[in-house]
Amino acid sequence: MSQVRVLVGTRKGAFVLTSDGKRQNWDVSGPHFAGWEMYHLKGSPANPNRIYASQCSGWFGQIIQRSDDGGKTWTQPGTPPGEKNAEPAGPPKGESNKFVYDTSAKTGKPLTTHMWYDGTQHPWEFKRVWHLEPSPTDPDTVYAGVEDAGLFRSTDGGQNWQELAGLRGHGTGPHWQPGAGGMCLHTVILDPSDPKRIYIAISAAGAFRTDDGGKSWKPINKGLHSQYIPDPNAEVGHCVHHVAMNPSRPGVLFMQKHWDVMRSDNAGDLWKEVSGNLPTDFGFVIDVHAHEPETIYVVPIKSDGEHFPLDGKLRVYRSKTGGNEWEALTKGLPQSNCYVNVLRDAMAIDSLDKCGVYFGTTGGQVYASADAGDNWNPIVSHLPAVLSVEVQTLA
Amino acid sequence: MIRVVLPGHLRALARAGFEVQLEIVGPVTQRSVLDALEAQYPMLRGTIRDHVTHERRPFLRFFACEEDYSLEPPDTPLPDAIASGKEPLLIIGAIAGG
Repeated sequence: MSQVRVLVGTRKGAFVLTSDGKRQNWDVSGPHFAGWEMYHLKGSPANPNRIYASQCSGWFGQIIQRSDDGGKTWTQPGTPPGEKNAEPAGPPKGESNKFVYDTSAKTGKPLTTHMWYDGTQHPWEFKRVWHLEPSPTDPDTVYAGVEDAGLFRSTDGGQNWQELAGLRGHGTGPHWQPGAGGMCLHTVILDPSDPKRIYIAISAAGAFRTDDGGKSWKPINKGLHSQYIPDPNAEVGHCVHHVAMNPSRPGVLFMQKHWDVMRSDNAGDLWKEVSGNLPTDFGFVIDVHAHEPETIYVVPIKSDGEHFPLDGKLRVYRSKTGGNEWEALTKGLPQSNCYVNVLRDAMAIDSLDKCGVYFGTTGGQVYASADAGDNWNPIVSHLPAVLSVEVQTLA
Repeated sequence: MIRVVLPGHLRALARAGFEVQLEIVGPVTQRSVLDALEAQYPMLRGTIRDHVTHERRPFLRFFACEEDYSLEPPDTPLPDAIASGKEPLLIIGAIAGG
């Protein structure tokens, strides 16, 4: 019997929602790590019982948590509860939250500053992990997208992290500037057909790609047009909110930019706008149907000044043509007086035959559709503000 | 035996009680207390002071005998009452908000 497990990160803890393949009745577990900001949780495709979680706090900083039993119990990787530090000769413990930017000579281009809001240079300062992306093949390998923007990798199950410094060092790093939410690396996409190809996106620098496993990177922002920056067609400086890909067609990418919904058919080399008939093309989330790679979903938000749905109506928009032609999905969603937001990592899609679509709101609702978006129901309605939603399809 | 009171969230991380006790050889200072705390509870590394610079995280304060020692150099001896275990060292999260 199929089962789905929805992993929800909120401003005040994490929740694990489980259901059978019908996706009508749900068990809710949590809050895990009550009181902490849970930016993101994601399971390993290679071992679904392994889940990585980013836990953070303005007081106590960053923590990485890992579960090896599907979210029932958690530990900080490499530091089992009650185990004291190793002898001096042994490996150090308590390093799973140590994210140190690589400025060593071997990376070639030590980089210590980026552009601040006022145009001056500002030191790179680690703040938090926004996104964890486990390897599709190795449960011990996981990538972390962090603020201030950088990409880290662990190959030992999250115990230790090393920066892929070629991203910050490729040349445009000193020109990156924070968006309103900070200078975060929020999207990490691993190409399942090519282990050396990785896509990432940064607010507000843009999208980048490596074809050599992270050694070298290039901006992939051609075709993006952002009229609110000094050069609207600049190589970097675009506020990309999220990027999505269907694993069966890894060269095709869909992007929700600050304004504009975009697609690329050549691995990001060139983008074209597909906002079409959307009522507003501002938004944060974007995702792709599990089995129909031309079917995509967004949640339009009124504007960058008003982060809530247009006219107080919470509507998911679906395009079955890869963009341009969009239909509003409203059945089961509030169609009046709704003023929540849906943040960039707060939509996910399962891979059951009739794929399920899930999203969470800053009002604490998690909505699910078991029929690819035609009908919606809230799984839970009163959580803290939802930061992220991921789903695991379990055999 | 040195006594240290942790904020609630760090107690949860360390799976420790209200107060933890530490053995310290040599001078009792902020640095030696935090070194011993992190050795006994490695999951707290990076949560009170930075991994690399060892600077106190901005929203945490250290109180001893009703005095704020947060801005003292880390190798300044703590009061005798802390060193003897008569009083606990308090690690306190700033009360922020409105």
